[in-house]
Amino acid sequence: MTSPYAPHTDDEVRDMLDAVGADTVNELFDVPDELLHDGEFGVEPKDEREVVRHVDELLSRNDDVVEFLGRGSYDHYVPSAVDHLTLRSEFLTSYTQYQPEVAQGSLQALFEYQSMLVELTGLGVANASVYDAATALGEAALLAARVEDGDTVLVPETLLDERASVLRNYVEGAGLSVVEYPTEEGNADVDTVAERAEEAVMVYAETPNLRGVLEENLDALGDVAEDADALFCVGSDPVALSVLRPPADAGADIVIGDASVLGAPTAYGTGVGLFAVDEAHIRQVPGHLVGASTDESGRRAYTLTLQTREQHIRKERATSNICTNQAWLAIRAAVHAALLGASGLVELAERCVEEPRALAERLDGIDGVEAPVHDRPCFREFAARVDDAPRVRDELLERGFAVHALNDDEIQVCVTETNADATDDLVAAFEEVVA
Amino acid sequence: MTDDARVYEQARWSDDNRYEPLLNEKDETTVDTDTSLPDDLTRDTLTLPDADEPVVARHYTRLSQENYGVDSGPYPLGSCTMKYNPKFTEDLAARDDASVHPSREETAQGTLAVMDRLQKHLARIGGMDAVTLQPPAGAAGEFTGILVARAYHRSNGDERSEVIVPDTAHGTNFASAAMAGYDVVELPSGDDGRVDVDALRAAVSDETALFMMTNPNTLGLFERDVREVADIVHDAGGLLYYDGANLNALLGRARPGDMGFDIMHYNLHKTFAAPHGGGGPGAGPVGVTDELAPFLPSPRVRETDEGYEFYEPAETVGKVHGFHGNWLVLLKAYAYIERLGDAGMRDTSGKAVLNANYLAEQVDYDVPYGPPHHEFVASAGERDALEVAKEMLDHGVHPPTTKWPEIVDEALMTEPTEAETKEALDRVAAAFNGTRDSNADDAPQNTTARRVDQTEAARNPRLSWHALDDG
Repeated sequence: MTSPYAPHTDDEVRDMLDAVGADTVNELFDVPDELLHDGEFGVEPKDEREVVRHVDELLSRNDDVVEFLGRGSYDHYVPSAVDHLTLRSEFLTSYTQYQPEVAQGSLQALFEYQSMLVELTGLGVANASVYDAATALGEAALLAARVEDGDTVLVPETLLDERASVLRNYVEGAGLSVVEYPTEEGNADVDTVAERAEEAVMVYAETPNLRGVLEENLDALGDVAEDADALFCVGSDPVALSVLRPPADAGADIVIGDASVLGAPTAYGTGVGLFAVDEAHIRQVPGHLVGASTDESGRRAYTLTLQTREQHIRKERATSNICTNQAWLAIRAAVHAALLGASGLVELAERCVEEPRALAERLDGIDGVEAPVHDRPCFREFAARVDDAPRVRDELLERGFAVHALNDDEIQVCVTETNADATDDLVAAFEEVVA
Repeated sequence: MTDDARVYEQARWSDDNRYEPLLNEKDETTVDTDTSLPDDLTRDTLTLPDADEPVVARHYTRLSQENYGVDSGPYPLGSCTMKYNPKFTEDLAARDDASVHPSREETAQGTLAVMDRLQKHLARIGGMDAVTLQPPAGAAGEFTGILVARAYHRSNGDERSEVIVPDTAHGTNFASAAMAGYDVVELPSGDDGRVDVDALRAAVSDETALFMMTNPNTLGLFERDVREVADIVHDAGGLLYYDGANLNALLGRARPGDMGFDIMHYNLHKTFAAPHGGGGPGAGPVGVTDELAPFLPSPRVRETDEGYEFYEPAETVGKVHGFHGNWLVLLKAYAYIERLGDAGMRDTSGKAVLNANYLAEQVDYDVPYGPPHHEFVASAGERDALEVAKEMLDHGVHPPTTKWPEIVDEALMTEPTEAETKEALDRVAAAFNGTRDSNADDAPQNTTARRVDQTEAARNPRLSWHALDDG
């Protein structure tokens, strides 16, 4: 059996072997005999239909539950046109734009992605993506460590454990440690941040945070960071930023987050690392940057730029090790944003405020449920207080609804346009479970 | 050779000043952002394009026409393995049940089953004992492997400070080691382009945490002394890392684990045919020996009597991605492996190496190092490799990687992959050879854009449409 994706005929193989002076393909391998392997791994070749059926059988084991899940991974409806346009193989099967003359399409699409993020964040520069919000946070801290003195990164106690772990892995080599600060009613405790900021290279805050709460103390945090000669980094996402004040207005030097809220399915947490930064740090940015220039005909053309920051040129002195990024998903986010337009984005964001508010109100009406835990503006999700949260979670799951249990007495519920239709059923299930 | 006479013209939409206009130049709207949120949290207005679907569809369709991919023509970009990407795997990735929330476990048994099976396939293919799928790209895999090595040494009470990297290694090797806080020691190659075993012996010490190696190396040469290399590194108490960028050369024929490597990463977007997406997403799973498995990132997947579950390895390094990595890429790679089976994988490496050898034979430029495997590095000699590349574009061929690795003058690093026919390779060779006696410096002519001014782009960075003033 030959590979269905290696299109040689037997005659061609013989002609090519003749041309290189070999009798067999095997003899082209300059590998000592004792290192050769027979390639028997127990994988039977299949035709395409068989593979589709096999994967269908595997994935059908995923239960059909209605997800009210968030905490860093959010589901929004992705218009069909996003698939149709981005699956065009000129986008999908190309790679990093080392030859800009034949790559204007993806370069311009990424330039537009960068431009949308500049508009949304209020910062001067956005890159063409890193992997996800967690690694973007790590990159932000490493950037801060290059330009500021200090040996800590300050993060909120509400930071997702997984993100904190990635952050620690990113910064340990640079000699930084990660220090938490407390929150009160979901807001950063600014006084404690101020006390701890002296040693920090970066102060980090999220809006919305992982409990869905919008941070009200951004200006104060920005001031504290500035006074302590630390960079101020804000975590958010493009949907929330469509209605929130641009973080740059509050003094943010860096904005990170996950742009996969647009254009991508939740896909088990597949992300698109949003990374935007003040122009002052343009030469410290990790990853690819697309810039405008002109070509020999005098027309505007795009190219990867400031590449001397990157690993293929700067090696161990590069701003990051990143090479392959999330470009195709970044383009998908841009296409989704373009299809929504400014008005559609604002409508979607407003829905992310209204749906959780309405659902929290209804849950709060059930005896034994207090929602939301924080009487604060929420985005997409909110925490609710119940007795024995793990039991509530498990019994809701038996009824086909997935929610988070945060601890013994708090659950968290995420609602967007994709599961809003199921809130009546969720409320009914809650009543049964909590009764 | 009628094919040689074919002319390439890339699509181009242009006026006097630009090609396809930016979306905001077609349609830009400022909307008021009245919301029910407190005023001090919200912005007043948002200014973005607000075009209807027909306009958006035409915009991105035109942009796609101004882009060159593997389906457009030969793409022998060295070290990137730009092979054909099967179509059916995209349909699998688009399925609703392929997209579950990352916090699901018991109710996502299908997703975990794919992960467990892929881990096992990759372990066997690489000759490794345990695999994590979490790293979202090759460089992330390197970083993960280095974290695992660091944790392993520390568990032995052994703080080591150096990572050794050959001078022909990918730039990511150097950068990943530096990110993990190691001093990078660059090892000069021997005259034959391979690791100089004596130089390595002199370089290792009780500070050596890791030696990173690509095999075949970036010149396409198999490192025949790899077992001796492994002994030298291991005798010094170090570990041996395999950069999987060139695994396509050995698929089903030789395994890093059998060569003495302790840690490796796999590039699923290279060897296992997931599309490169204009720069990503990729996936960089990491395989290790049993001894290192307790240090792998958390969570790992395992099969139990009741099904599949996540667990935390005893001495885990923690997380290297917020969730489970690039799951859709994992699914595409799994389907590719199932489609090919053992025989198809072995045929893949055979045809990849045959194609590189055949093309190297047809190219008139000097190929100073050999014998090649999946790729070869030609020298443009007196010509500037960049000029050669730009001329090749006019023939509808994506050029090789240029000016790297640096030990070849004016390098043209060429990796045709298994997916090219003999006729296509002849066309690539003609494109190569047509540049040999040329002294053109005004190529390309037939591409969407003419030569793009890189210097201007860097001198005056304009990185968003807000920075443009040229209308």
